[in-house]
Amino acid sequence: MDYFLTEKQKVIVELARRIAEEKIAPVVSKYDISGEFPWEIMKICAQTDMFRVFIPEEYGGLGGGVFEMALVTEELSKVCGGIALGYAATGLGAMPIILFGNEEQKKEYLSRVAEGTICAFALTESEAGSDASNMKTTAEKDGGYYVLNGTKQWITNGGEADIYTVIAMTDKSKGSRGATAFIVEKGTPGFSFGVKEDKMGIRGSTTRELIFENCRVHKNQILARPGFGYIVALKTLDRTRPGVAAQAVGIAQGALNACLKYTKEREQFGKSIASFQVIQHMLADMAMKIEAARSLVYCTARMIDSGADDISRESAMCKCFASDMAMEVTTDAVQIFGGYGYMRDYPVEKMMRDAKITQIYEGTNQIQRNVIASTLWKK
Amino acid sequence: MNIIVCMKQVPDTNEVKIDKKTNTLMRQGVRSIINPYDLHAIEEALRLREKMGGKVTVISMGPLQVIESLKEAVSMGVDEVILLSDRAFAGADTLATSYTLSRAIDKIGNVDLILCGKQAIDGDTAQVGPGIAEHLDIAHVTYVEKIIDIDEKEITVKRLVDDGYQIIKAELPVLLTVLKEINEPRLPSIRGILRSREMDDIPVWTADDLDIDRNLIGLNGSPTQVISVDTPQLDVEARIFEGDYQTQVDCLLKALMEQKVL
Amino acid sequence: MSIFVSDKCTGCGLCIKHCPFAAIELRDKKAFILDSCTLCGACVSICPVEAISISRKEESDNLGEYQDIWVFGELSDGEPVPVVYELIGEGRKLADKLNQKLGLILAGTNLSGLCKELIDYGVDKIYMIDKEELGVYNDEYYTQLVTELIRTYKPAVLLLGATAIGRSLGPRVAARVRTGLTADCTGLDIDPRSGDLLQTRPAFGGNIMATIVCKNHRPQMATVRPGVMKAAAKVSGYQGEIIQHDLDLSQVRLKSRVLETVKEIREGINLGEAEIIVAGGRGLGSKENFKILKELADTLGGTVAASRAAVDNGWIGQEYQVGQTGTTVAPRIYIACGISGAVQHIVGMKLSDIIIAINRDPEAPIFKYATYGLVGDLFEIIPIMIRKLKEGISLQEVGLR
Repeated sequence: MDYFLTEKQKVIVELARRIAEEKIAPVVSKYDISGEFPWEIMKICAQTDMFRVFIPEEYGGLGGGVFEMALVTEELSKVCGGIALGYAATGLGAMPIILFGNEEQKKEYLSRVAEGTICAFALTESEAGSDASNMKTTAEKDGGYYVLNGTKQWITNGGEADIYTVIAMTDKSKGSRGATAFIVEKGTPGFSFGVKEDKMGIRGSTTRELIFENCRVHKNQILARPGFGYIVALKTLDRTRPGVAAQAVGIAQGALNACLKYTKEREQFGKSIASFQVIQHMLADMAMKIEAARSLVYCTARMIDSGADDISRESAMCKCFASDMAMEVTTDAVQIFGGYGYMRDYPVEKMMRDAKITQIYEGTNQIQRNVIASTLWKK
Repeated sequence: MNIIVCMKQVPDTNEVKIDKKTNTLMRQGVRSIINPYDLHAIEEALRLREKMGGKVTVISMGPLQVIESLKEAVSMGVDEVILLSDRAFAGADTLATSYTLSRAIDKIGNVDLILCGKQAIDGDTAQVGPGIAEHLDIAHVTYVEKIIDIDEKEITVKRLVDDGYQIIKAELPVLLTVLKEINEPRLPSIRGILRSREMDDIPVWTADDLDIDRNLIGLNGSPTQVISVDTPQLDVEARIFEGDYQTQVDCLLKALMEQKVL
Repeated sequence: MSIFVSDKCTGCGLCIKHCPFAAIELRDKKAFILDSCTLCGACVSICPVEAISISRKEESDNLGEYQDIWVFGELSDGEPVPVVYELIGEGRKLADKLNQKLGLILAGTNLSGLCKELIDYGVDKIYMIDKEELGVYNDEYYTQLVTELIRTYKPAVLLLGATAIGRSLGPRVAARVRTGLTADCTGLDIDPRSGDLLQTRPAFGGNIMATIVCKNHRPQMATVRPGVMKAAAKVSGYQGEIIQHDLDLSQVRLKSRVLETVKEIREGINLGEAEIIVAGGRGLGSKENFKILKELADTLGGTVAASRAAVDNGWIGQEYQVGQTGTTVAPRIYIACGISGAVQHIVGMKLSDIIIAINRDPEAPIFKYATYGLVGDLFEIIPIMIRKLKEGISLQEVGLR
């Protein structure tokens, strides 16, 4: 489908595709096995200006928004949804600063993100997943500082990122109104990292605990105001869910591409399996679902970038729809590959593993459905 | 640091296929690309600029279509590009080419470092770089695998030779031809591509723009001439051995011994 | 424009097919030369009716003064590199055809013993410059000395090995004396009519072979690919002359210095000189599997190499890559294992004397270029080969080695 991209957006897409095909493709399996953080690819993303696309021009960016971030994420994900996450999660980590940072914070941090500094966003804890209000990490005021204590779990880019947006409770008595968002830099005394998680998929990304032990953070590092932590988190996630959706669309498209190639090569009963109608119909369904998801993602991203305020429902819809779609499509891809599909020598089993997380993180699809449902009776 | 990179546009010989019937080159749809070795020269120049400041200029000689490749160099981040294009330059062999490029470099002036790729993949001569250095009366080092050290006056490089390597120190200005091992060329950047698209005034120098002896350029300035070009016969029908693996191997070893090659 | 299409053109289109630069079109049923023409001459030689001509200014002065075939005697650690003997062998043939002398440039330190030794390979004149400063090769000193010898003794031909040094020195000297230099030749001959040196070399990554002459300038210079020409045999008691030339190097102000020379065995880098190559491609499947190729190569006394697919997969280093983007090789035997035969690989190895292809797919393009083909699983075939080579059919026993 023609999405009428601008010249600049076409340049972004073409270059992101080159990065994926020329630089990521040869190392996909290496990172899937090792589980290391793909620094070499992140450096290429930085050098090619990929981190600039979603940063405002006044801070060294190219002035794009969620849509451009989604376009890049989709292209990278077509080849590796795991490696793409290092990029996309930087977008997530930077979003609170883009939305709520004051002039000084934006100048200091966004210009670094534009140059390729990796970011992370830390909300989840072991007891606070879907129920984010059950957060245990605290930030106690001490003069001009806040003292952070607690552990954040499953933080993408943890340990690798230099800039973290951390949500912590400054006033437990106020419940969800007692949370505050802080910018914390790696290297701050009292801020350390737990073990790296060994994951089912997206293994080309890093997931770690963030551990705060009497970590002193200056009050100038607060985003928005004390007590606005949840608002910062919710508004951020509303704007980054299309990124997860784009990752899902990319993974699914990558799986379809692999199927198109394989079905032409693989022969059974004396002809290529692409000539069987049953296969053709499966492929047609995959293509159709992918395009539907892509349309929803692009529309949502453009809606967000146009400045619309009430976006929770569309954001939830595109993430939920695209990730469920990716799971179906990659599962079918494994089916089309048959026995080979189940083997690590072929690319689709990894795509299936990678797709699964998109139904889970940045709000499970069950939570997304709650959000969507809650809007249905509203006028 | 004022750095010049000499770049050549070449057909992508990876895409050149042979028409089995006519035994001729099929060039339809073959892209023109920056000579792969020259990408490494451009990359090295950009790294030196990042380290030491200064300016990177890419020059190339050829028809106007080379502008596309020069724009690609801009998209990688070079500061300036210049095309030498004139019918009078056509038919140049390596001597005339190196002379012409050396006159352009002389015109640019105040050059500290000239970088070339080891060779071009269409001609594989590797002669233009040292030729330029001779015409400019400066030193050159071929097959550079690494720049070890550089300051305003001198450069130390690791240069591969057939049975090992040499560490060579040369005074600036100097011309280096670089190997692929020297670096990994970068992709273009978004800002670079946007800049290259906006560039519509790429300087094109003709013979009139250069202080040049017209007897030494183009076909007339080229001592060598190609008198015939043949496409080597490729299609030799293979003797495919039959039978089980043991038999196949036996047949092969027998054939090799009969031919006295083993 | 100095390329012309005459009325004789029949519009047959042959030149369009043969133009390596896609610079010819058919307009009004005649060949029309586009601006992208590089005057390479491919169309001139292919035209069946001689309708295309390239005009050039012809001038020549006193070419007759230039006599003899010369060879540059490249030394490494005071010993001639192997290609020098090949150049002597080829130079001898050329000199005999012209009824001229074969000369050799020898520069370095303590050369007198070597001079006598080299004469025995059929050299008529050795131009010897024995100087302390010349012990380590340096472009600037050597350019000066070769230029001075050329100007003093005026050879008709100067051949250098297409080694790292030959390909650095050659262009420098050619530019200084303003003469033609043909790179990396794989064939040399004398034009019986003109007496000019016919220099043949692959171009376009081996897709075409070009024959090049240097009509009006002397000496005619060429670098010659190592391992292609037949090395000269020793002829005891050959009568040759040693001409000691004194050279004043004080006028040369060195702009570069060799600080250190290190010998290093890099197998890959010498692929070009390997006699037997066992190459692996995508069919190898992993880094580990290269071990079996190595064993076969060791058994045959050869070297391992790889296709781009294997290198891109990280199974083996880039220095082992044969093909357009790697090394061009021409061994006696090239064994392609699990290599499908992409053009970019073929151009790098098709000059091999004997190509043996082992591939599971009988339709693989590699079989079109192979002398011998074995169809099947290389992991079964190769161990059989290794075993037979090691025990069953001992080559020494057969007496063929």
